[in-house]
Amino acid sequence: MPVKFEVNGKPVSVDVEPRLTLADCLRHHLRLTGTHVGCEHGVCGACTVLVDGDAVRSCLMLAVQAEGAKVVTVEGLSNDDDLTPLQKSFRKHHALQCGFCTPGFITTAHALLTEEPDCDADRVREVLSGNICRCTGYIAIVEAVLDARSAYKKTTP
Amino acid sequence: MKNTFIGASIERREDLRFLRGRGIYVDDLTVPGLLYAVILRSSVAHGRLKSVDTSAALKIPGVHAVITAKDMNFTDYPAGVPIVPMRLQPLPEFKPFEQPVIAYDKVRYVGEPIAVVLASSVAVGEDALEHIAVEIEDLPPVATWRAAQKNESILFEPTGTNRSLMFEARKGDADTAFRDAPYTRRENLRTGRHYGLTMEPRGVMAEWDAAKNKLTVSGAAKVPFFNRRILAKQIGLAESDIEMIENDVGGGYGARGEFYPEDFLIPFAAKHINRPVKWIEDRRENLMAMNHARETEADLEIACNRDGTIIGVRGDVHTDMGAYMRTNGAVGARNAPQFMTGPYRVPHHKVDSHLWMTNKTPVGTYRGPGRFEGCFYMERLLDMVAADLGIDRVEMRRRNLISKAEHPYKLATAQPTNAHDQTDSGDYHATLDLCLKEFGWSEKSKLGGKLVGGKYHGVGVACFIEGGAAGPKESARLEINRDSTITVFMGTSSVGQGVETIYAQIAADALEVPIERIRHVYHGSTNTVSDGYGAYHSRSVVMGGSAVLVATEKFMATLRQAAGKRLGCAESSVTLDVDKVVAGGFSLPLGEFAGLTAESAFLNHKHTYSYGSHATHITVDAKLGHIEILDYLVVQDVGRAINPLTLRGQVIGSLVQGLGGAVLEDLKYDEQAQFLTGTLADYLLPLASDFPNLRCIVTDDHPSPINPLGAKGAGEGGIVAAGGCMANAVANALQSFGVQPRALPLSPTYIWELVQAGQQKAAE
Ligand code: FES
Ligand code: FES
Repeated sequence: MPVKFEVNGKPVSVDVEPRLTLADCLRHHLRLTGTHVGCEHGVCGACTVLVDGDAVRSCLMLAVQAEGAKVVTVEGLSNDDDLTPLQKSFRKHHALQCGFCTPGFITTAHALLTEEPDCDADRVREVLSGNICRCTGYIAIVEAVLDARSAYKKTTP
Repeated sequence: MKNTFIGASIERREDLRFLRGRGIYVDDLTVPGLLYAVILRSSVAHGRLKSVDTSAALKIPGVHAVITAKDMNFTDYPAGVPIVPMRLQPLPEFKPFEQPVIAYDKVRYVGEPIAVVLASSVAVGEDALEHIAVEIEDLPPVATWRAAQKNESILFEPTGTNRSLMFEARKGDADTAFRDAPYTRRENLRTGRHYGLTMEPRGVMAEWDAAKNKLTVSGAAKVPFFNRRILAKQIGLAESDIEMIENDVGGGYGARGEFYPEDFLIPFAAKHINRPVKWIEDRRENLMAMNHARETEADLEIACNRDGTIIGVRGDVHTDMGAYMRTNGAVGARNAPQFMTGPYRVPHHKVDSHLWMTNKTPVGTYRGPGRFEGCFYMERLLDMVAADLGIDRVEMRRRNLISKAEHPYKLATAQPTNAHDQTDSGDYHATLDLCLKEFGWSEKSKLGGKLVGGKYHGVGVACFIEGGAAGPKESARLEINRDSTITVFMGTSSVGQGVETIYAQIAADALEVPIERIRHVYHGSTNTVSDGYGAYHSRSVVMGGSAVLVATEKFMATLRQAAGKRLGCAESSVTLDVDKVVAGGFSLPLGEFAGLTAESAFLNHKHTYSYGSHATHITVDAKLGHIEILDYLVVQDVGRAINPLTLRGQVIGSLVQGLGGAVLEDLKYDEQAQFLTGTLADYLLPLASDFPNLRCIVTDDHPSPINPLGAKGAGEGGIVAAGGCMANAVANALQSFGVQPRALPLSPTYIWELVQAGQQKAAE
């Protein structure tokens, strides 16, 4: 089945089986391997991408459902020159170890901070509790997200 | 220039790729002509495998082959099917219990591999599984160690027993000491079944080059050199014909990177079909195929003097080993009895450890193997004894902690492996005192047992030691690059701890160059150093770091020699100045010596012991059984902290894993040994909202005397005491009900039951 959507600002068109998940489409058809798959049943959040701005589990969504959507992956939230403020904050706080869960946390946190740059620690924990990290114990991740809030605040009120 | 990278919170170089989605994990690899392996696993816990009919599956378009035991005819093995040998404690007694790479006569657990489908896609392979007809004659399943003990249904019939071994931990003369003891107490204590779940499931990609007779295996982790040895022997190749490649590894925790059946099956499949083959485990498989750990029941007795000083411990530990003795499967069952005394002075020690084979997923190590269990037993006993004898809990510990002057203190010896061990250094009392002070114990402990706002408050304390630095050896090699930078190659592996950064810090300090001059740190692949041991037993910093030190010495000597000759100066006058080699007024770019290399190894047979204390303040909802942590502090002395930032990550990360085991995690089976926890919705892991109030303080006041860095392994201290500390806090909170938790996890149901039982008893 042909499907057309936008990934990280670029239009893509792929021919996929109807049962192919968006995660597998991104990883194996489009070779965007930054999106990880940790459970394939919607629990771990490693596969989180942004679909029209919302954080979505790409293992629970079919590629064909992305027709016409704007999809952003961790690659799309990165650039070559430097880490983004959110990424810098993760690095500064040592909010990652093995890095496998990290793309999912980055996309989830980005969506949260974009919507709610003033969120408090409880809110951060609540939202991040949909993502599993087995290495860090989360304390540093929450600190990193809180510390990155300023970068998301609108400069003019 | 004198550097101080060691001891500084250097941000990790690994992060630059991980944060941008540029890490390369094994499933990110692809090669032309790749086939995908999907594994058919037993849905029966115990049975005789009568037949496997693959004909219908083979007819499905896109299915290239289906491999079963019939395809294997390796003359080195009685049934033609290779066996996975034990890596640690490879005793002859264990031989009959080792796992074949694929089931051929019996299946012994739900999840055991029966067939491997090679298909053009994972989806096609999964479809094909349903078309494989397997005939299994059911045998009575053995679902618990108590059932195993009856020896009615026997997993390995020729052995006549379900007990693969009994370890004996011994010190002093416990029976005599107990006879004369003024006080004893006997308890039954249990720990749940956990595992070192990694967020990245396991995976292997194998490529066979028939022309070059070369097998390349990607997805290696933890112990690639050892695994290469196993694979070479099984598959009939020379070690030099096999290359093991370590990619980025999404977590290890002791479980990932051991040699599993799939580590043979996938390379075999690639060779068999002469095409590259990749297998990536899905989560359900991972839950039933990766090593389980921890499930024990202990019947222990402690003897003390009236002042609380410990005279001895004795008793039995029973471990539910699952269906096979896997590579490191005996470690936990050996450690639990041997190291249960932790940081405490225990003159007499006699604990037998029974390894029971059951129809469950086989066990292996999981961070703090046996130590988490042992610490739970010991800390529970200490609190109960303190209450019996009317001694303050903290005082009870102070009286029994090994004092500074007693190091090296001999721990119990484990037989039949004759495993001796001793502590190295430290001030255990000072760490406990610091922990209590920073925690605010004197204030918080006043709340113990009080009902405030509908919840009972409780505090708990526990002390631990953490063994690290397993020998015998580790290797490092340095090489000069054309651009005048230096690359470090390591025999150790990365499982996400940040070793690239750590080794760069150590190398830069030793060479007195800016850290950026250490261009790359490579590790974990068999093609860059002559030998390597890997990442386990908290050894990467101590063994790998010390290897970097000795390699830099050799490197400098080699460079001095080469440069001295080239510049016509005395070797001793040659120095390294950032990117130049300087001597007698001359200077050359380091890149002039591109390719110059030096490898060296650090040898060590002793263990390091980092140590510390945990303290926690919790509330318990007696009606719902729910626990909330208000404050949790770990204080750990690590000898020498190389990178405080990553160290804190190790302590807090391992603590949360420990808390998972203390209150949430439990792999469950029913009485037919059917696996009940096949998704992450059933096997509960800690989430960001579960334990928000955790702290740690890491000190390095007492360097280890057994390595040049003075460092001690520190990746497991957070996990070891978590179960004991939490259970002690629950007992403290629910003292008005007379509650004494004797099992983990402290699930809401379990706590509720304890409260009910306490109320009933009070009513009688
Ligand atoms: S892989 Fe999608 S939630 Fe786990
Ligand atoms: S950093 Fe390893 S799972 Fe999160």
